[in-house]
Amino acid sequence: MIELVLIIVPLLLGLVAFVWPQERTRSWLLPVGGGLHGAASVWLLVSPQGPVAGAWFGFDPIARAVLPMISLLFFVCSWYAVPYLRLRPERRNRTFVAALLVLLGFLSLAIQAQHLGLLWVAAEAATLMTVPLIHFNGTARAFEASWKYLLVGGTGIALSLLGSFCLGYASLNAGGNGDLTFGALAAQFVNRSAEEVRYAHPWLVAAWVLLLTGYGTKMGLAPMHTWKPDVYGEAPGLVGALLAGGTTTMAFVAVLRVKLVVDAAGGGAMTERTLLAIGLFSMLVAALFLLGVPDFKRMLAYSSVEHMGILAVGAALGGLGIWAALFHVWTNSLTKGALFLSAGNIRRAAGTAHQDGAVGMAWSAPISARMFVVGMFAITACPPFGPFFSELLVVRRAFATGSLFTATWFLGCLLFAFFGLTRLVFAIVDGRPRAAARTNAKQFHETAGVIVPPLAFLALSLWIGLATPAWLGEAWTAATKLFTP
Amino acid sequence: MTNTLNLFIGLAMGLNLLALASSRLPSVIRAAAVQGMVLGILPLLLEHEFNWLVGVVAVGTMAVKGFVIPHLLRRALRAANIDREVRPLIPYVPSLLLGAAATIGAVALSGALPLRPEQAGSLLVPGSFATVVAGFLMLVGRTKAISQVCGYLILENGIYLFGLLLINSTPLLVETGILLDLTVAVFVIGIIMDRIQKEFDSLDSNKLTTLRE
Repeated sequence: MIELVLIIVPLLLGLVAFVWPQERTRSWLLPVGGGLHGAASVWLLVSPQGPVAGAWFGFDPIARAVLPMISLLFFVCSWYAVPYLRLRPERRNRTFVAALLVLLGFLSLAIQAQHLGLLWVAAEAATLMTVPLIHFNGTARAFEASWKYLLVGGTGIALSLLGSFCLGYASLNAGGNGDLTFGALAAQFVNRSAEEVRYAHPWLVAAWVLLLTGYGTKMGLAPMHTWKPDVYGEAPGLVGALLAGGTTTMAFVAVLRVKLVVDAAGGGAMTERTLLAIGLFSMLVAALFLLGVPDFKRMLAYSSVEHMGILAVGAALGGLGIWAALFHVWTNSLTKGALFLSAGNIRRAAGTAHQDGAVGMAWSAPISARMFVVGMFAITACPPFGPFFSELLVVRRAFATGSLFTATWFLGCLLFAFFGLTRLVFAIVDGRPRAAARTNAKQFHETAGVIVPPLAFLALSLWIGLATPAWLGEAWTAATKLFTP
Repeated sequence: MTNTLNLFIGLAMGLNLLALASSRLPSVIRAAAVQGMVLGILPLLLEHEFNWLVGVVAVGTMAVKGFVIPHLLRRALRAANIDREVRPLIPYVPSLLLGAAATIGAVALSGALPLRPEQAGSLLVPGSFATVVAGFLMLVGRTKAISQVCGYLILENGIYLFGLLLINSTPLLVETGILLDLTVAVFVIGIIMDRIQKEFDSLDSNKLTTLRE
């Protein structure tokens, strides 16, 4: 029943946060929630209990492979949230704190969901909970970002509902009894002749296309990525970290679960080809936009699009590629955590995220700027940080399966992304600070509270790459086995 | 039974075109509301014997889609003091033609998708696809936030129509979840529209163009 703790505790704490009377002490509920959630997921990671057959949710191998990462991400971010909210006494934090905790609860529910409908409801609820987080700053730009997020994200989530219905109808056509748990859906198609599932096949294709588009919008795969730069550019840094590491991971898990069902119905070649195409396309689009983007928070959004592309390519390559993708979920999210939090600090010191205003940040915010540079090298796959090892595995898998084209495209996009990221990062770090930025920087102090969490993320990224713990590798192997019968 | 069902679905498909062709926002809201109510009745037609849970869901759908949401939208309309969409991205005649083409396309496409014997001959699938496309057209082709919300509602109506294919075999819990989410979605949308209006003094999402590359 511990898997229920992962869902109930954050939801209850969200409720507590909503009625909590004191503005100053409310933010401490975040580390409390993160700590309890982390303890529960570590407990489940080391002593896994298989999910009950037919249950609507459970801590299955896929949840075990990614959910502890969400706990870790939230826990470190929650320690950043406390000093951050103290820096922003002018904004009321009731909705913000409550929405963060409820988001954690719904992410845990969506990742553990074993039922097509429940997965969708949890994903939709998580989407709605993100909206108040995005317009925390209350500026006109933040409203614009929230509006675009609602429209694009809402359409994506609507398409995934239509896809879920198509998948349900496909299973009815294959003789199913209306049981929409993923296990039952996949089991209906195993060992059935093509003649028997003839009426299900067109529906299955429609379901895969709609679900990949819908959940791909939540992941931010190109060309459904348009909400991402606006939202990551305007949301507070810690919200960006949770979106780039948490919500996108939830959507990736949803795509993986649907892929398992479609693969079981003999659609393996189709899922692999579409995932590969959309993954490589996302990497290309991101690399091209990275070469020109002038805003360093929007830059992180394009970098996130690129890494979602890497996840899709890894999942498309199958076998060790899935293992590498799950590894990359961890390395990318932890490194992005460091980048978003240090970018938040730099943004506060500079007063803007645009390269015209933010110059010479090595003087204005020396520690954050250094962390940002190190994080940039980490995310562009420089050794010895985590992303290097996970992306290396994807490339090795591409060579092993003989897809030279994929490997070349992949490496080419990484190279362009490296050019784009280094260009902008050094443009804001080097040079002499502007006069306006100097007065702004005087008001911003790099206290331990805003320095330690991103530093912790960098350390985690280093640790997971250099010394990947055997128990984590074992969790990823268990999840990969589901895809290689 | 199928005839009555098809009559209602045909009505909903007609309302798509009405919403696409109309420049006055109150009539767009009314089209979406009537469509929502028409679709709310359908679960009762599909059931062979009366089931109280289906009845509750049907009444709930009609109340939310027919009264609560239109009321919220009309309030936003009064607050913003606008009446019509003056210059949509896709003009009215082309969007009407596109909507009609989508309806024909949906009928043709659903011929390729095999239906279960008890549902053969029903317009559920083409109706659903045509409504989804009409909603999508309004979503991308209009600039006023309220028209976009109406587009989203029509899109949701289309998906709801598709969900009726499954109503006998899947638990109604999922359907209830959908209704709940829709309510929350519109609630959030309402708040945001309120803010957009305060910030920009009009509900024109064309003015939301600060963020771009």
